[in-house]
Amino acid sequence: MKTDDLINMLSTNVEPVDRGQLRRSLGLAVALGAGGALVAALLTLGVRPDLHEPGALAFLGLKLAFSAGVVLMASLLLTRLARPGGERRTRPVLALLPFAAIVLLAGLSLAYAPSTHWEAMIVGDMWLECLVSIPIIAIVPFAVIVWTVRRLAAPTDLARTGAFAGLAAGGVSAMGYALHCMDDSLPFIALWYGGTIILCTVAGALLGPRLLRW
Amino acid sequence: MIANEAELRALMTAGLNGDAAAHRALLDRLSRHLRAYYKNKLARIGRSADEAEDLVQDTLMAIHTRRHTYDPGELFTPWAHAIARYKLIDHLRHTKASMTDVPIEDAADFEAQDDHAGAESALDLNRLLARLPEKMRRAIRHVKIDGLSVAETAARCGMSESAVKVSVHRGLKAMAAAIAQGRTT
Repeated sequence: MKTDDLINMLSTNVEPVDRGQLRRSLGLAVALGAGGALVAALLTLGVRPDLHEPGALAFLGLKLAFSAGVVLMASLLLTRLARPGGERRTRPVLALLPFAAIVLLAGLSLAYAPSTHWEAMIVGDMWLECLVSIPIIAIVPFAVIVWTVRRLAAPTDLARTGAFAGLAAGGVSAMGYALHCMDDSLPFIALWYGGTIILCTVAGALLGPRLLRW
Repeated sequence: MIANEAELRALMTAGLNGDAAAHRALLDRLSRHLRAYYKNKLARIGRSADEAEDLVQDTLMAIHTRRHTYDPGELFTPWAHAIARYKLIDHLRHTKASMTDVPIEDAADFEAQDDHAGAESALDLNRLLARLPEKMRRAIRHVKIDGLSVAETAARCGMSESAVKVSVHRGLKAMAAAIAQGRTT
């Protein structure tokens, strides 16, 4: 095929381009993923039964705030990475802010608690459930986000883009899981929520180059 | 940064608004920059220049089908260069070349032009079209090759105008994907 023929073809009957499409579709993908995670968590795990207690509600709010912060940062960075050369205009450290905040709070709460309580605060009751649930619930949101990026975006750093897709998916998954989780301590959130979300991020980084090629 | 940034950006913006002549001029200029860029890069790592034209066409196709990812508030050259570089690295990685690092600070290489009239790739347009579903193939033939309007094509194929547009859009994307795949297998 002659390059001139290709150019002819591409520049015949050119349609105007919708410039907001990429941002809108990525936002929609994250929202859909969040909806999916919520439904998955409600159907398989159910809402924690003690929601009427103020302490429980406060911790639910805290878990949601942390996960939503992660999702927000991940989505912002993902929209940048979705454009060619976007990796040169992003600061991935921004994504660490919610993690830094929760680790700081966890450290403070440990410092003010007697050391005999530490183990219970860190390990909690359901660490295994948390460790297993968040990555599993994250699969569907991850698939939705990856599908959207493949279809519409043009990332030029696939590992990093995959990582942020994983981070966003882990974040929405943690929001869903938080509705069920009854382990109310800051170190637990920092370690098990933070840790599993990071696990999702690493998985995304490893899968990115394979899944996002275009 | 690069002499014709303003010019290319104006062409790109006009093309995004549906100006076919501007889009043609943009792709034509970019093809020269891309040809020089790929020939230079491939030569530097001891690869045949024959591969250059395949890469030029793959990149033009990618630039066209993903042009909505250009943010008009940003510079155009780094955007186009990032795509060119991505396609080069992808090509080298998947053709099992010794992975030489392609330096990132070389947007200036993009200034060079290689005017090779009638340059041809190993790709076959008819074979690419043949792999598309019937609906997409007809829509692309009528609208993009024969130059019929969307309305005429819609009447001729018994489809709605928006269905024609969608078929063209999806067909081009499928062709871009086939080119990217075929280049590396």
